[in-house]
Amino acid sequence: MNLFGKKLPPVASIVIWLILWEIIGRSNVIFIIPPFSSALSAIPDIIKVSTFGEDLWLSLRSFLVGLGLSLCIGIPVGVLMGRFQKVDEMLGMWVNIFISAPISALVPIIMVIFGIGDRTVTVTVFMFSIWTVILDTRAGVRHINYSLVEMARVFGAAPFEVYYKIIFWAALPEILVGLKLAIIRGVRGVIVGQLLLAVSGLGRLFLTYSEYFLMDKFFALLIFILAFAWGLSAVVGLLERRVEKYAKGR
Amino acid sequence: MSLQRTNGGLLRPLSSPYFLRILSLVAVFAVWELMGRFGPNMAIPPFSATARGLFVMLVNGTLPKAYIETLKPLAVGLILAATVGIGFGITMGLSRTVEWFTLMTFVALQVSPMAAVIPLITFVYGLGFTAKMMAVFVLATPGIILNSYQGVRNVNVSLIQMSQAFLANRPQQIIKVIIPAASNMIVASLRMGLGAAFVGIILAELLIAPTGLGDLITYYQAIGDYPNMYATICSLVIISAVSISLLKWVENTYSGARGRKKPEKQDMGDLAE
Amino acid sequence: MMRNHIIEVKGVCKTYESAGAESCEALKDVNLEFPRGKLTSLLGPSGCGKTTLLKIIAGLVPLTRGEVRIEGKKVEGPGPERSFVFQDFALLPWANTLRNVAFGLELRRTPKNDRYKIAKKYIAQVGLAGFERSYPDELSGGMRQRVGLARALAVNSEILLMDEPFGSVDEQTRRKLQEDLLELLKVEKKTVIFVTHSIEEAAYMSDRIVLLTPRPGTVMKVYEPKVLHRSDDPEAARRSEAYLDCVDQLWDILKQYVH
Repeated sequence: MNLFGKKLPPVASIVIWLILWEIIGRSNVIFIIPPFSSALSAIPDIIKVSTFGEDLWLSLRSFLVGLGLSLCIGIPVGVLMGRFQKVDEMLGMWVNIFISAPISALVPIIMVIFGIGDRTVTVTVFMFSIWTVILDTRAGVRHINYSLVEMARVFGAAPFEVYYKIIFWAALPEILVGLKLAIIRGVRGVIVGQLLLAVSGLGRLFLTYSEYFLMDKFFALLIFILAFAWGLSAVVGLLERRVEKYAKGR
Repeated sequence: MSLQRTNGGLLRPLSSPYFLRILSLVAVFAVWELMGRFGPNMAIPPFSATARGLFVMLVNGTLPKAYIETLKPLAVGLILAATVGIGFGITMGLSRTVEWFTLMTFVALQVSPMAAVIPLITFVYGLGFTAKMMAVFVLATPGIILNSYQGVRNVNVSLIQMSQAFLANRPQQIIKVIIPAASNMIVASLRMGLGAAFVGIILAELLIAPTGLGDLITYYQAIGDYPNMYATICSLVIISAVSISLLKWVENTYSGARGRKKPEKQDMGDLAE
Repeated sequence: MMRNHIIEVKGVCKTYESAGAESCEALKDVNLEFPRGKLTSLLGPSGCGKTTLLKIIAGLVPLTRGEVRIEGKKVEGPGPERSFVFQDFALLPWANTLRNVAFGLELRRTPKNDRYKIAKKYIAQVGLAGFERSYPDELSGGMRQRVGLARALAVNSEILLMDEPFGSVDEQTRRKLQEDLLELLKVEKKTVIFVTHSIEEAAYMSDRIVLLTPRPGTVMKVYEPKVLHRSDDPEAARRSEAYLDCVDQLWDILKQYVH
């Protein structure tokens, strides 16, 4: 898209949307949408609230623990599925069911089993994010150039060494893709879990703000969470770029 | 030679994929049954009780009635999302200007937890049918738009240039070359949309006002009838898995019939949870 | 007592079973001996099982029947007396040249300083001095294979197994690599088994040529070419009568299997 002959980067389009948002907000056309500027300025307000730190920490902790569990369990399972066809046959069907299923529907079950607390949210994050980790790890392992494994064996690698010196690294590009998706799904998991639980954390804040019609605070919180999710994805994106260099050479 | 190891020989019948899948199913159900009967948590009903509840609810009509109730706003919302989504996605793919204006926004929307917005929908649309339909629409549309757009943008430039060399005008290029070439991904986008729609309707039922399935789930949960609660939820997981698989099969048959290889890499925006 | 033949292949058969499909007999009753310190080629059309045979000798692929003995001992898996050069180079894409060449030593737990010293020596020997810090995607095909070769030499094994090592590079690079390999082998005395489907390559490089039939592969003929002065003047060697006769004779034998 050109303006005065100079090429505009796509990011500029977001600026235009923000301006649009500002205009719509000020004109009060849709009453639930506040101007962008007031949402932005409300961010320090929501952070200053004494319970915000606690709410944030609760959400963050559930997110990190849930995501961590997904990685610790998902990567090995993905490697096993990629390596051994029998495992793939047995587990593949479950992974495929759950990756496209509405996990939100399972939240009532998780709530009933784990109670109304953070453990439920952690389990929800886990259930949202693990499937892409498994599937993408599996894909990475299946795409490995088998010569690399043979080479390691010829030069005397023990079976376990093959896994952590070769297979993990060769599959890393795909694993990072799975991680990015897992992060996004994990953030969803936290939000959905806390929305449905409505007891603590940022999800409850969303409900409170909308109940009391504090729209600028609501959107401030939304922007805050989005910034977090994007920031985390960007960090993984950086990792991806470092790994991309050798992904092409595979 | 792929990294996956296969086995043959004596154990061959045991390696049949069907045997392993059945074994997997049986194992999971067995564990479930044991946990239900002897497990530490009261809230896990045995598999048998859940299965029985499912069967009973199917037969006495509770479940089918709930599904019809729930699927109505789902269907309407999805059809709306598909129409708007595919139309807009194609437009985005065809026009650089539109693409420039909207791409980053939709990508941003795709990765956002749109679930947070659902409680807001009630302010504008109330608690009824329209609200739920809008929830489905809001969740399903971004994915459909992005995938349709991707389909159009990925059309092989050589094909377009070929048609230009044979003097096709722009409408002809669009109708005869671009859209048919993009149709695989457009059909795939519907699959994404369906997945997101299921999410939308569940969240709508649980967050806005429970009707149909949501009503059943919250009711059974409230009275502590776990077998039936689990049965309802499992039926939903099964139905969504089956319908998405069906769509996938349609997709594959469609692209197979047109002589194309099935795409293996993950679709863009495959974020329906 | 040092045996004359370092590798003995007796009655080796290899059949691939796959669930559902028919079984595939890759090798049938292969009997061979490989003399110490010589370069033997396995030559044949595609699908004759020469790579399979090489990988069986390497211990990477199990055989269905028969046995392979190295210095009298039966082969059960890979071992330190054999190293391998792969057709697709098999370099770790995330490691630089130095680490790649040192990889075999790394797996043997050689201390870091020692193995990097050895690696540097062989990197220079294959003509890649200065490229220690380069990554595979920064190297050309020919250079990558030199890295693979350096890696195989660095572990100092008696036997060098090469699976169409120059098959993935262009013709000019290929010739240079052939000449350089022969130069190297003058210094490093090794027993080499070299798989190729190129008649010219086999005629130029080998002390002995084993011709294999198409599937199921079995030994058709063992041929000893008289290409004497190849290492001294490669250009002359490639024009010599002995070389051209050898190529003709090999082609005569093999062409009956071309459709």
